[in-house]
Amino acid sequence: MDFITATFYFLATILVLASLRVITARNPVQAALFLVLAFFTASGLWMLLQAEFLAIVLVMVYVGAVMVLFLFVVMMLDINIERIRQGFWGYLPLGAAIGALMAVEMAVVLGGRYFWVDAMPSPGAPPPGYSNTKELGRLLFTDYVYPFELASVILLVAIVAAVMLTMRRRRDTKYLNPRQQIAVQRNDRIRMVTMPTDKE
Amino acid sequence: MNFVMPDFYPAIPEMFLLAMACVILLVDLVLPPSRRWLIAFLTQATLVGCAILTFATADGQVVLTFSNMFVDDLLSDFLKLLVYFSVVIMLVYSRSYLVARGLEKSEFYLLVLFATLGMMVMISASHFLSLYIGLELLSLSLYALVALDRDSARATEAAMKYFVLGAMASGLLLYGMSMIYGATGTLEIGGVAQAIYHGVANKSVLIFGLVFLVSGLAFKLGVVPFHMWIPDVYHGAPTPITLFIGSAPKLAAFAMALRLLVYGLFELAAEWQQMLMILSVLSIAVGNLAAIAQTNLKRMLAYSAISHMGYMLLGLISGVVGGDRHFALNAYSSAMFYTISYVLMSLGTFGMILLLSRAGHEAENLDDFKGLSQRSPWFALMMGILMFSMAGVPFFVGFWAKFAVLLAVVDTGQVWLAVVAVFFSLIGAFYYLRVVKLMWFDPPLDSAPLEAGFDMRLLLSANGLAVALLGAFPQAIMTLCTFTLLRSL
Repeated sequence: MDFITATFYFLATILVLASLRVITARNPVQAALFLVLAFFTASGLWMLLQAEFLAIVLVMVYVGAVMVLFLFVVMMLDINIERIRQGFWGYLPLGAAIGALMAVEMAVVLGGRYFWVDAMPSPGAPPPGYSNTKELGRLLFTDYVYPFELASVILLVAIVAAVMLTMRRRRDTKYLNPRQQIAVQRNDRIRMVTMPTDKE
Repeated sequence: MNFVMPDFYPAIPEMFLLAMACVILLVDLVLPPSRRWLIAFLTQATLVGCAILTFATADGQVVLTFSNMFVDDLLSDFLKLLVYFSVVIMLVYSRSYLVARGLEKSEFYLLVLFATLGMMVMISASHFLSLYIGLELLSLSLYALVALDRDSARATEAAMKYFVLGAMASGLLLYGMSMIYGATGTLEIGGVAQAIYHGVANKSVLIFGLVFLVSGLAFKLGVVPFHMWIPDVYHGAPTPITLFIGSAPKLAAFAMALRLLVYGLFELAAEWQQMLMILSVLSIAVGNLAAIAQTNLKRMLAYSAISHMGYMLLGLISGVVGGDRHFALNAYSSAMFYTISYVLMSLGTFGMILLLSRAGHEAENLDDFKGLSQRSPWFALMMGILMFSMAGVPFFVGFWAKFAVLLAVVDTGQVWLAVVAVFFSLIGAFYYLRVVKLMWFDPPLDSAPLEAGFDMRLLLSANGLAVALLGAFPQAIMTLCTFTLLRSL
């Protein structure tokens, strides 16, 4: 077993264990942190495949941005775990039975026969001067430009939906309108009063 | 670097719609509240513009562009025109309802436009990736639209259920696609068909992927046993959104089924026909039986939608008999005819619920239709036509649609299947005709006059009359469907 294979199995073991802990951890904060660990090891796997750009993006976007936001949300909401787990044991036998049945069926049908290493030959060493990042960029903006643009539309929909669902105009806020503040004239604030001077 | 600039010409309607959606987004920023009607006007104008562009660029050629991810053929042009048409009608029907409840926000129009874009992308997809992205664009807009009335607990619950189940269905679909990719090595729908035809792909992996693909598809179509979301979403969503979900997306889902199963996996027709047959019989049975027990009209129509999708599948499963493909054209056109006529009837029926609703009153229970003939004989007649047509009573358009799919089934020699379908359609006639009975023979519970505007009354009457008149000339649509498919398959 060479070094790369050993690293793969090392990372893969951590990845599987961390993913298991994500769904079994009692504390949502712990679950989120295990998810961070899972992302880290997954990015390590991508690094092994020489997909450096994807590995770094996974860490930056998922770990750096998404998971931190997620942790914020988890910490801000007071989630009552016991209430969510109500009925868990009641549904467990049925759910577990169906899940196990599906897993066994899938294992029987596929059994690793068709996706074994022999069935998927390695693409071969890349030519010198090959840049994974550059290739990705080229593909995204040429062959895959149509889904790429549509993905941006999906993000736009997400923004519109988020604003629609969460933004409320509250009547009682002490909100200051900057436009009115800037446009204020001297006459709005100062009232000139002519006081007759005393003649005596 | 051998990259050719994609041909933008076939995608002009999509680009126009996206550009107009962005324009509306910006116009909304600077628009004073008193000019709000402009947003509705611009949305309608956009859809009409799209229709003109689609009609102008329709030349009957099959054109692939964007690295074979986008296909423009007669089928896509025809279905897109129908989608614009039903969205325009939906917008007219829902305006007064939304205004009365303070829900007429510009976000509603924007999300409807984005959902329309998603449907157009799905209809024109010739690649698993573009198909999936179009589906997500449509679904995400719909999830948000269901929660449009965010202070209503029922709507929020419906949106949440729809979101969770929809995400699961997308997962199933993606898993199936990834298996088919693993077997054929391509995501292009045409390439998949070629790889299977040349026997490159491993059959057990393909069928394994197909199972997941069909499950995901069944979720999106809402057929038993993947139908659980339909009644809750139809019931919980504000009625205009129910009207929207129940109309145009059915056309897109039909296109998706056609592109995936017929264009991509036609060689596996024997396998998917069996799977769809089970789904179809179950849907027809469960949909029609459960609808009887409903007292809420929206829920009843939800179960009726399940059974109608079951009938539509009857057309899809009659394409190939023992390797003989002569029936394919006729069978798929009958399924298309069924989808189109269902969309027309669904628009009218939900339109009637909107017509009877007013500020503070939802006419969504069966009791609200009691004695409609005394309040408005004309619209009671229209609702009667729609219900007769949904039940499949001769000689409305719904009858011819059922007749076409049943004929396709009988052609394949599976007479027992046709008998089962007719049997459950007779059971189904009970709950449709109950509405007619309530309207004409029961005293009204509510004597308030109808408040709808002139445009809605006109369009709804046209809708009801269209259902009756197209029943007199069913051959017109059927020929159109056959011609479209002949030029696109």
